[in-house]
Amino acid sequence: MQGDIVQMGAYIGAGLACMGMGGSAIGVGNVAGNFLSGALRNPSAAAGQTATLFIGIAFAEALGIFSFLVALLLMFAV
Amino acid sequence: MTDVPQDVRNELVFHPMDQFIVKPLFGDGPVHWYTPTNVTLWLAICVAAIFFMMVIGTRGRAVIPSRAQSIAELAYGFIHKMVEDVAGKDGLKFFPYIFTLFMFIVFSNFLGLLPRAFTTTSHIAVTGVLALLVFVTVTVVGFVKNGAGFLGLFWVSSAPLALRPILALIEVISYFVRPVSHSIRLAGNMMAGHAVMKVFAAFAPLILFSGVGIAVTPLSIIAIAAMYGLEVLVAFIQAYVFTILTCVYLKDALHPAH
Repeated sequence: MQGDIVQMGAYIGAGLACMGMGGSAIGVGNVAGNFLSGALRNPSAAAGQTATLFIGIAFAEALGIFSFLVALLLMFAV
Repeated sequence: MTDVPQDVRNELVFHPMDQFIVKPLFGDGPVHWYTPTNVTLWLAICVAAIFFMMVIGTRGRAVIPSRAQSIAELAYGFIHKMVEDVAGKDGLKFFPYIFTLFMFIVFSNFLGLLPRAFTTTSHIAVTGVLALLVFVTVTVVGFVKNGAGFLGLFWVSSAPLALRPILALIEVISYFVRPVSHSIRLAGNMMAGHAVMKVFAAFAPLILFSGVGIAVTPLSIIAIAAMYGLEVLVAFIQAYVFTILTCVYLKDALHPAH
């Protein structure tokens, strides 16, 4: 903590990268919410679509994980 | 703050990422590629656990299955149905590979949840190899099965002609990002969950040091329990997601037409 401006930038960047979590949270919520509203309209078709649900969640969540990775890289690799 | 001896405090203060350090199993020497480390140990335990369930557990071949046999049969049927549903009938040739992937990931994830255990799937080196293997397999299978027709995967024939080159570029990029996202999704999920648990664990002994601990310690212990429950769920879902994405990629290789 002796005026190391690169370190400071890395920590601020790591904190900012956490905003990506919010984005992926919106995405995952969208997928799950739309699945639920569709499933309630046609419950008999819902069971066959759970695989699609998980694929959709996985794709939405991966980008949130990328922001976590950026934060980790800034904390430990820069 | 002052009434706790220094060595006790050093014992309790740890970094949340300490659990992911690869250490030699014996002594403190440098880690070479042949050094037995904690990763090697837990990979071996994982393989041994799978062997005990799938080989020793089903040895009886009973009509009324024992507990181990019915779990093994359940897992087998679950993945068999998934491959058939997602990749199609001709994808069943790859069922042994996909089942191996699923068992390995699900066992490493759950073994990593044991206290003091090392989560092998939290390392990008482990998941990266798995994802790269899937990527190479899918690409090779695609070209062997369809020849140059596999490139039709990138040429979206349902789109307007003017848009197709742009879409082709996007499709190529997304094809090559697949192994990256495939591996980071698993490693990142496992690492993040375990790190969060360790962060709460670092707050838990606060009651020894200061008065705030009376409020913080019970809260963080409850939070650890809640996160653990979530992690049990995540451990299974991530193995499932990894496997089903492998099936989806395989389906692309077997039927590349859009």
